[in-house]
Amino acid sequence: MSEETKTPAPAVEGSAPSERPRSDGPRHDGPRSGPRFGSRSGPGGPPREGGRKFFRRKKVCKFCVEKIENINYKDYRMLGQFVAESGKIVPRRLTGVCTPHQRRLSTAIKQARNIALLPFAGASR
Amino acid sequence: MNRTYELMFIVRPDMLDDDLDKLISTLESAVTTAGGAVKSIERMGKRRLAYAVRRFHDGIYILLTVEGGGAVVHELERRLRVTEPVIKFLTVRIDEEQKRLDKIKQLRESRKKVSTAPAAEAAPAASETPATA
Repeated sequence: MSEETKTPAPAVEGSAPSERPRSDGPRHDGPRSGPRFGSRSGPGGPPREGGRKFFRRKKVCKFCVEKIENINYKDYRMLGQFVAESGKIVPRRLTGVCTPHQRRLSTAIKQARNIALLPFAGASR
Repeated sequence: MNRTYELMFIVRPDMLDDDLDKLISTLESAVTTAGGAVKSIERMGKRRLAYAVRRFHDGIYILLTVEGGGAVVHELERRLRVTEPVIKFLTVRIDEEQKRLDKIKQLRESRKKVSTAPAAEAAPAASETPATA
């Protein structure tokens, strides 16, 4: 008897979440397939053009390739490459920097911000 | 405890060179009395600030490298906080990072040697043996 009462219960619950993704679906798709590839395709290669065939260059860590180990808050010019125009630290998935280097990079950027070498937000220039 | 610290500070842009010299020399004497040693002083010159600090848009950057314990840093920071023309400062410990960099450098050199050493060592060894014999 207890089994019978259990089985319908998930069915009722299952129907409710199944409706939710349907309403959420388009919202999720919006930013992902829309302007994201178009506007920020910079290092990632050309934007998607019709169909599944699209080529994206593999991003490599700048610090690993050029063997730069010294990520310092003082050379703000280098750090500036990894800061968006708004002053934000650019995420790894866009720049291709490897995890250990991104960690050092972020601390360096934060130190540089502290001493007014980099802006916290919205560069005045 | 001997550590190396890097002290970067910004003074207001309208500060005179003489006053700046005086400030730096007082800081130097403060370091030595606190039991530390000044390794280098670098004047990085006037630079535009990334954001306004105390309504200043420019500042004169000065970089001080100091060796010593925490007491030295404590004293220096206290002094900088009290000194009015100083508008911002940052202290970073650099000895551990330097150690890591040296280690990496050594590692890379040793790797390089492995590839070039056999050829390099063979040549002098060959030239030496006839000389001794």
